Amino acid sequence: MRLKIILALAVLSGLILARDLHDILLKVPDEANQGAIFRIIYFHVPAAITSFTGFYLGMFMAVGYLINKNLRLDSIAASINEVSLAFATITLVTGSIWGRIIWGIWWTWDPRLTSYFVCLLIYFGYFMLRRAIDDPTTRARLSAVLSIFACVDIVLVWKSIEWFRTQHPGPVLEIRGGGGMAPGMESPLWWNLLALLMLSAALILIRTRQESMKLEIDAMRRHAHAF
Amino acid sequence: MTFLRRTLAVAAKDLRSEIRSKEAVNASVSFALVILLLFSFAFDIDPDQMRNIAGGLLWLIFAFAGTLILNRSFARELINDCLDALLASPVSGAELFLGKCLANYVLIVIVECVSLPVFAVFYDVRLPHLGLLFAVMLLGTWGITVIGTMFSAMTVNLRLRELMLPTLVYPMLVPALVGAIQLSRVLITNGPLAENFIWFRILVAFNVIFTILALALVEIVLVG
Repeated sequence: MRLKIILALAVLSGLILARDLHDILLKVPDEANQGAIFRIIYFHVPAAITSFTGFYLGMFMAVGYLINKNLRLDSIAASINEVSLAFATITLVTGSIWGRIIWGIWWTWDPRLTSYFVCLLIYFGYFMLRRAIDDPTTRARLSAVLSIFACVDIVLVWKSIEWFRTQHPGPVLEIRGGGGMAPGMESPLWWNLLALLMLSAALILIRTRQESMKLEIDAMRRHAHAF
Repeated sequence: MTFLRRTLAVAAKDLRSEIRSKEAVNASVSFALVILLLFSFAFDIDPDQMRNIAGGLLWLIFAFAGTLILNRSFARELINDCLDALLASPVSGAELFLGKCLANYVLIVIVECVSLPVFAVFYDVRLPHLGLLFAVMLLGTWGITVIGTMFSAMTVNLRLRELMLPTLVYPMLVPALVGAIQLSRVLITNGPLAENFIWFRILVAFNVIFTILALALVEIVLVG
């Protein structure tokens, strides 16, 4: 059943991404000021939203572990954070490519990009911490606390676009009250977001299964060494 | 009152221990002086440019030197199972954490008070608004202390403790360090303070939020 759900999510996500790629490359016109490169927004922004959503979902799972002490919740939290970290990396890479074309530089230390990079470093630290701890309950406990600290820090990241002047483009989506995209140009972005969320759900299910199996193997190993 | 009494008892214990040995403070001050020396090789700039980057250099020194003190915070209790004894005592996790925070805070401020005039002399940086600069130092140092002490508690039993602490602490400290650096730069260069008040608010918010969060979660970290 689980395998069927994973397959369904992956296939559906692939179909939506393929359909969107067709629309983005062939139907959506070039943007007036940025030209063809603006199309990277259809992957950059959904990846960013997916990663932020994942980090907070991971935090809720971590809080759930602290309340229930169910190691399965820790496995889910770690899986979510790992997939979100991958999407955060995609966000920075696509943003970099976009910046190279638009601003002529691969990177600039403006507050928003810097803060996003900080998030990445915090979650690298999260996984380094998990690797450094052998005992599953200690690992779950300390990872949960670090996840809570990290997500509180992300609030400063999210607010930075309103607080500071940066070189990053201002909000262009209507929900953010920005300049807005032309009608017909927004829909591939939302469909891509749906596709990436489904893809991340499939990846999280796979990783959670791997984490659960790892816990079982560790338990059997401890049991074997006890005799 | 009992909370305060126990917190101050823990702080006094740590400070007394450090005053007798002076290990962490000596190492931290020496490290700060070494960084000051290395900066002299890295930068060869005129006094005006130096004033612009002085805030950043100062807080780099404070952050790096402070980590030496923070690393020892809980690690010193591992000898003779003192940490287990403390956890088994009537002192709660929050009291233990806050006591260690206060002790670390005093020690790091001492290191900063030694480093700041040496920095000013070595790099010929005038320090107008010294009172305000000291206030920014106190605010910024509390942020470093709270996060550093919390993560010291988290990493105390890890085999890669000395490696993990800086890796975890510095990214978490970025909002506080940025706020402290910007405020310090404005004060040293006689810039417009009113326009940069947002950094003061960020610093205060960071301190309040993470102090409350740390006090709420430290029991989970130390005990489970």
